[in-house]
Amino acid sequence: MTVPHSLTRVRDTARELAWLFKGIMGENAYQAYLDHHERTHAGGRPMTEREFWRDKTDRQDANPEGRCC
Amino acid sequence: MSKKQNGSHRHADVLVTDPNLPPVAVDPQRAEAEDRRWTPAKIALWVGIALLGGVSWTILAIVRGETVNAIWFVFAAVCTYLIAYRFYSKFIERNLLKPDDRRATPAEYKADGKDYAATDRRVLYGHHFAAIAGAGPLVGPVLAAQMGYLPGTLWIIIGVIFAGAVQDYLVMFFSMRRGGRSLGQMAREELGIIGGTAALIATLAIMIIIVAILALVVVNALGESPWGVFSVSMTIPIALFMGVYLRYLRPGKVTEVSVIGFVLLLLAIIGGGWISETAWGVELFTLDRITIAWGIIIYGFIAAVLPVWLLLAPRDYLSTFMKIGTIIMLAVAIVVTRPEISVPAVTEYASSGQGPVVAGTLFPFLFVTIACGALSGFHALIASGTTPKMIEKERQTRFIGYGGMLMESFVAIMALVAALSIDRGIYFAMNSSAAATGGTIEGAVAFVNGLGLTGVSLTPEALSTMASNVGEESIVSRTGGAPTLAVGIAQIMQGVFGGAGMMAFWYHFAIMFEALFILTAVDAGTRVARFMLQDSIGNFVPRFRDTSWRTGAWICTAIMVAGWGAILIMGVTDPLGGINTLFPLFGIANQLLAAIALAVCMAICAKRGYFKFLWIPALPLAFAAVVTITASFLKIFSPVPAIGYWAQHRAFRDALAAGEESFGAAQTVAAMEAVVRNTFIQGTLSIVFVVLAIIVITTSIIATIKAYRHGGGADAEDAPVASRVFAPAGLIATPAEKDLEAQWAALEPGKRPARTGH
Repeated sequence: MTVPHSLTRVRDTARELAWLFKGIMGENAYQAYLDHHERTHAGGRPMTEREFWRDKTDRQDANPEGRCC
Repeated sequence: MSKKQNGSHRHADVLVTDPNLPPVAVDPQRAEAEDRRWTPAKIALWVGIALLGGVSWTILAIVRGETVNAIWFVFAAVCTYLIAYRFYSKFIERNLLKPDDRRATPAEYKADGKDYAATDRRVLYGHHFAAIAGAGPLVGPVLAAQMGYLPGTLWIIIGVIFAGAVQDYLVMFFSMRRGGRSLGQMAREELGIIGGTAALIATLAIMIIIVAILALVVVNALGESPWGVFSVSMTIPIALFMGVYLRYLRPGKVTEVSVIGFVLLLLAIIGGGWISETAWGVELFTLDRITIAWGIIIYGFIAAVLPVWLLLAPRDYLSTFMKIGTIIMLAVAIVVTRPEISVPAVTEYASSGQGPVVAGTLFPFLFVTIACGALSGFHALIASGTTPKMIEKERQTRFIGYGGMLMESFVAIMALVAALSIDRGIYFAMNSSAAATGGTIEGAVAFVNGLGLTGVSLTPEALSTMASNVGEESIVSRTGGAPTLAVGIAQIMQGVFGGAGMMAFWYHFAIMFEALFILTAVDAGTRVARFMLQDSIGNFVPRFRDTSWRTGAWICTAIMVAGWGAILIMGVTDPLGGINTLFPLFGIANQLLAAIALAVCMAICAKRGYFKFLWIPALPLAFAAVVTITASFLKIFSPVPAIGYWAQHRAFRDALAAGEESFGAAQTVAAMEAVVRNTFIQGTLSIVFVVLAIIVITTSIIATIKAYRHGGGADAEDAPVASRVFAPAGLIATPAEKDLEAQWAALEPGKRPARTGH
C-alpha cells in the first residue's frame, strides 16, 4: 500500500515542479490568455496559439523590457 | 490587541467586497493571532535558525583559523535571510506599506490576459528573479574579494536586508498601487518636473554606462580565447534557430525549444574545445579585444533593430533556462564540495586602498564595487513595470519583491565563495591589469610575489597549469571578474562532475553562462534606452514618439549604441587597464539609481503620512547617498592619481606638456594622450551623475518636508477597486489561507467571478 502511495506523491511533486518550471519559462502564457478570454466572455473568437505568440513578441517590440545587469 | 487596526488603509471604508463570494482576504485579526501565536515547535525552529546563524557568523567573523569552510557562508547567509524575511520585511509590511488584499491588483482590474495577467505567486517569483538576476552579482563580489572575505560578505548580507530588498519591495508595491507605472513616471509625479527630468536623464546615462561596462566584461573574458569566441558566437545562430522554430514550427513550445537550445549550447562548448586544438580554429577565432569590442557594438546595433521574436525572445528563454539551472547546480555543488577558503578575513587593501584589482579604501569603494547583490538601482526599473502588472494579491509583494532580492543576494554570496576558493596568487595574477603584470607569466609572478602578501607565493607553473586546465592560452590579467569566477566555478564543479579533465568544459560553461546574460542585457538595455530617447526627443520632434517609424528607431538606436560603444572602446584601449578604472563608475551609477528610487519611495511614504516609519526608506537612502556622493567626490577631487580621475588627467597632461614620452603605465605619447582623453570622459561622467543624483535627492527631501508640514500629500494611487479573487501571500499557505482556499475551491465553477478587464 505504502509504495504506490509514495510513488503517487513523487509523481505529483514532479508534475508540480514541471508546472512551476514551465510557468517561469513563460510557456503557460497562451493558456492564461485563453482562460481570461473564456472567463470574461469578451466577444469574438480568441486568437489562435500562433496568432497569440506573434502578438506577444510584437507587443514586446513596441514595449521593450529591461534585463538586469 | 483586537482594537489595533491591522491592514487598515485610508480607502478601507469605501471598499465593499461581494457578499456572495467567500472572503478575498484573510481576516486581519486571525492573521495577526496566527502570527503572534508562538507554539513550542515554532519557537524551537526560530531558535535553531538563530543559533545556526549565530554560530556561522562567529566562525566567519571572530574565529581566526588557517582556513574557513565555505559552508559557513551558506549557513550565515541563509539563516540571516530567513530572520530578516520573517521579521524585518513583516515589520515593513505591517507599519509602512499596509497592503490590503481586499483591493484588486492591476492584474485583476486591468486584466487583459496579456500584459496584465494575474500569475501564480511562485511562478512570478521565478519570473521576477530571472529578470533581476544577471551578471552584476557575479562580477562585483569577485573584484571585492581582494579586501578579504568578511567585508564583502557583511555588505552583501546586511546591505540586502536594509537596502536592496527594501528598495525592490517598496518600488514594486508603489508601482502596483499605480497600475504598474514605471520609476520614471513615478519620479515625475512625486518629485515634480525638475526632479523627474533629472531622474530620467540620470536613468538614461546610467543605462549607457552599465551596458558599456557589462560589454567590457565580456570582451575581457573572450579576448585571445578562441574557445570562448567560438562558443559564445554560436549562441547567435542557436538563438536565431530557436526564434524561427518558435515562430513557424511549434509556436509556444517554450520549454521544448529551450531544452533543444541548451543541448546545442553544450555542443557549442564541446565544439569550441575541439576547434581550439586545431591550427585553423586558433587562427580564425583568436581575436584581439578591440576586434571583439567592435563585434559586440555591431551585434548590439543589429540585435536592437531586429524584431524581438528572431533574436531577443529566444535568447531570453535560453538565458532564463541557464540562469535557473546553473544557480541551483552551483548551490548544490558548493554544499557538496564545501571548499576550504584560505583568504584572510580582512586584507591590508581594505585600509590602504592600494589594491591592484580596484583602487580605493573599503569606505566607500567596497560599497560601489559590490552593487548588485546588496543594493542595485537597476532593479527599480524591473520592479516597476513588468512584475507589478502580474501580481495576483497585494500581500504577495513581500514574497516576490523582498524575497526575490534575497535570492539574488544569495547568488552574490555564491559568486564570492567561488572567487575566494581559488588560490590567492592566481586570483591576483588574473585580476591585476596588464599594465601591472605586463601580460606575461613572468611579469605576473614577479608582480604578485612583489605585493608582499603573507602566504602567497606564486609559481610560473601554477599559472601555466591552471591555464592549460581551463583550456586557455594564458590566464594572466584576465580582468573583469568573469574569468576568475569561471575558474572558481570550474574548480567547484569538477569536484562533483568529471574531475580535473572536465575543468576546461566547466570554465567555458561558466564563461558562456555569463556572456549569455550580458549579451541579453546589452540587447534589452539598448532597446529600452532607445525608447526612452525616442520619448524624450518626441517632446521636441513629435514624430520620434511613433515607435513604428523605422528611421527614427534606427537613428535613436545608433545614438545609444554609439554612446556605450565609445565607452567600451575607451575601456578596451585604456592604457591603465580599463575595468580597474571603469568598474567604480558602474557601481556608482547603479547605486545612484538606487538612491533615486529610494528618494522617490521616501517622498511617496511621506505623502501617505507615515512619518514615524520614514526611516525605513530614509536609512538606505542616506547610506547610498553618502557612499555614492563620497565615492564620486573622491573620483572627482582626490589628489591621488590612482583614485581621482582628474588627478590622473592632470598628471598625464602635465607630463605631456613637459615633453615626456612615457609616463607611468603609458609607454608612448599616444597612450598618454589616451589617458588624458579617457580620464576627461570618466571625470565628466562622474560629475554628471553626482549632480543629477543630488538634484533628485534634494527634490525628494523638499517633497518630504512639504508633506510633513501638511501632514501628508496628494495621493497618486489608482482608485481602489474591490477584489474578487483570493490567493495566499507567501510561499506556503498559512492555516487561515488554507481555509479560504478550501472555501473558494468549494464554490461552483459558474459562480466564480469573471475578472473583468477593459
